[in-house]
Amino acid sequence: MRPGNKFLLGSALIVVAVALLMIEGLKQFGQYSFNPSELAARVASDSSFYGVGLKLEAKVVPGSVKRDVASQTIDFQVSDGAHTIPVTYRGLAPDTFTDQQDIEVIVEGRLARDGVFHATSLFAKCGSRYEAKYQGSTKA
Amino acid sequence: MTLLGQFALWVAALVGIWGAAIGYSGRWRGRPALEQSVIRSVYGVFALLVVAAVCLWQGLVTHDFNIEYVSSYTSRNLPSYYIISAFWAGQKGSLLFWALVLSLFASLAQWLTPARHRSLMPYVAAVTLTIAVFFLSVMLFAANPFSRLSFTPEDGRGLNPQLQNVGMVMHPPMLYLGYISIGIPFAFAMAALLSKRLDPGWIQAIRKWTLVSWLFLSIGITLGMWWAYVELGWGGYWAWDPVENASLLPWLTMTAFLHSVMVQEKRGMLKRWNLMLIIGSFLLSIFGTFITRSGVISSVHSFTQSSVGYFFLAFLVMAAILSYTLLYTRWPLLEAEVQLESMASREAAFLFNNLVLIGIAFSVLWGTLFPILSEAVRGTKISVGPPFFNKVNVPLGLLLLLLTGIGPLIAWRKATTANLKRQFIAPVATGLATVVLLLLFGMRDGYVLMALGLAGFVTGTIVQEFARGVRARRRMYSESFPTAFAHLIARNRRRYGGYIVHAGMVIYFVAFSGMVFKREREATLKPGDSVELTSPYGDTYRLTHQGISQYEALNRVVTAAAVEVSRNGRPIGVMSSEKRQHVDSFGRPTFEPSTEVAIKSTPREDLYIVFAGAVSGTEEAVYRFTINPLVMWVWIGGVVLVVGGLLTMWPGTGPTGAPRRTQAGYQVQLVGAAAGKEQD
Repeated sequence: MRPGNKFLLGSALIVVAVALLMIEGLKQFGQYSFNPSELAARVASDSSFYGVGLKLEAKVVPGSVKRDVASQTIDFQVSDGAHTIPVTYRGLAPDTFTDQQDIEVIVEGRLARDGVFHATSLFAKCGSRYEAKYQGSTKA
Repeated sequence: MTLLGQFALWVAALVGIWGAAIGYSGRWRGRPALEQSVIRSVYGVFALLVVAAVCLWQGLVTHDFNIEYVSSYTSRNLPSYYIISAFWAGQKGSLLFWALVLSLFASLAQWLTPARHRSLMPYVAAVTLTIAVFFLSVMLFAANPFSRLSFTPEDGRGLNPQLQNVGMVMHPPMLYLGYISIGIPFAFAMAALLSKRLDPGWIQAIRKWTLVSWLFLSIGITLGMWWAYVELGWGGYWAWDPVENASLLPWLTMTAFLHSVMVQEKRGMLKRWNLMLIIGSFLLSIFGTFITRSGVISSVHSFTQSSVGYFFLAFLVMAAILSYTLLYTRWPLLEAEVQLESMASREAAFLFNNLVLIGIAFSVLWGTLFPILSEAVRGTKISVGPPFFNKVNVPLGLLLLLLTGIGPLIAWRKATTANLKRQFIAPVATGLATVVLLLLFGMRDGYVLMALGLAGFVTGTIVQEFARGVRARRRMYSESFPTAFAHLIARNRRRYGGYIVHAGMVIYFVAFSGMVFKREREATLKPGDSVELTSPYGDTYRLTHQGISQYEALNRVVTAAAVEVSRNGRPIGVMSSEKRQHVDSFGRPTFEPSTEVAIKSTPREDLYIVFAGAVSGTEEAVYRFTINPLVMWVWIGGVVLVVGGLLTMWPGTGPTGAPRRTQAGYQVQLVGAAAGKEQD
């Protein structure tokens, strides 16, 4: 075999390996990512979506956060305006997770039959993470 | 002053448009005055941007809170070094910073490039000016750093506490410097295509620039990891977040370029591939900014989202279409001069290295964009997290490590069996010995065994290369060992600097494998309570909560929780982790409280303590304790890598002039003959 062809064979092997790893990885670790309305619509039409691991992206309902420091449990509600879903999370929350306006969270976990989302991980971001809020300012 | 700054931006944009238009038109040929005018536009834009930057800094330093940017990112009680760094803390300032540095690099490129590349320079000027004009128009039309408020606040909002960290002062500018400096090799590549001067001249002219940008990207990424580790408090340094991935992508393609460009220099192959890589790297650097600024992909890092992201998208698409079209029209001029002769050649090893790097880059890009792609194609958003990236990239990373060891051992063109045997015996033996030793010590994790075995193999390669070089010098010039060692590196910086960079990568891989053995425990403790945590080496840490104290510092109220630590019964000290509530100069709270972790770092492992909060009204504290093995080696690997990188680009003697093509070639024979003088 000519070196050029051998090289092509080797490259093909690498390309196939990368493709296979990616397909396997997606099958194994791909997660649905919903907002509350999408999740509500899914479970309404297909009840097998209860108990499926997925990601939920939404805003925290201001004032809904209840922390129990001793048991490290946080209960709160998330909403996208149309649907509100209660979430319970056990663990440490990041600094950016607060009760203020406009805190967006991404929670990973499962929706239980009782309608409560049991989160195993919690990421928070706020729309102005690197900028503090200025109350009542008007821009020029 | 803002008026002057604003004026400087407008004039800079106009000068930039003039220079770019004349530069592209080619009318400067045979008209030295016009050619001068194009080059001087680059210097002019730089000077104007310096004026604009001074104006912004002046506003920051004098606390002119009427300027929106100043009041958004600083306050009266902010320590002065953060006032300086607030220049790039926000989006508008970082755009100005970007344009400033780009025009500085563009001026340096004009000034430092030797006269023999002169025919490329007006085109280089035109391309760099185009990029600068893009940044200027974003500032002038969408994100003006000099815009004023309708009123003057008494104090600014202050800088986010998470950005009040040395790592964060340095990390963004380093990463920006990396992103920005890719623009220079890109400009030379475009200039070569535009002028049809596709001889290896442009490759030589950009050698240092590619190293510069690669080095800045490496430093930026490592500092980012360090910042995430000490500041964010989740106990790790890399989370495969879209923003992190965006910084890794151009690093991967630049690493591929650094290797494949050597193949073009030595053998006249891969011309098209190299152009595709450098264009791709430039586009990925713009893509990174687009990802971070537009918010199209949900990331834990959310910067101020604004229309600015779409300016970048438009620029990205335009640049991609124009540069790849230009490459396509010059395609026939880029025929390879020779064909690959053997699979057992350094060219082949470099080609595979490139493929693996591009494979990694592709999978990272795919995984990052998958939520958007799946939503567009199937209507359902599917995202992937760290498990996906680890599954794909751990095996590919190990393959890359293997090639890191193989590349330097094989000769260019074609290696003989005898040559291969002589080169490989010692490194392979080192790798196998490492695996056997680890098995004896009870290591059973397959990937870690492979990673450390390969690390042993690559270390064997590097040590052998140095040892042979030193031995040859000692024989030839009867030098002492340290002199021979120093001369070896000094006489061939590019080669031995490269090996030191490889050593840095080996250290990174060893450090990454340490994270497999991370130990973690959360606990709620009353004063006097303690928990135990066993390290992967079998040491027992005993952690006793002592109590909580509160005090006020310059711009914050601190709640500190103290933990007394002992290892195997021997006390090793008290570690204090904190919750900080930042306040403005009137004592009003700003931002959400931030966590300061306590870290005790040793070469073996880090003890990492996060104080998560106190049970209301009591001194009962919630903690997360983590043992992170080998983390210190990530930072050490970074330092080694930077030292190696600096060596390769240190000015002075070294291979210059026309690139030499390897004719006959067994590196080993050459080492003996030329005593490691000048063959890499």
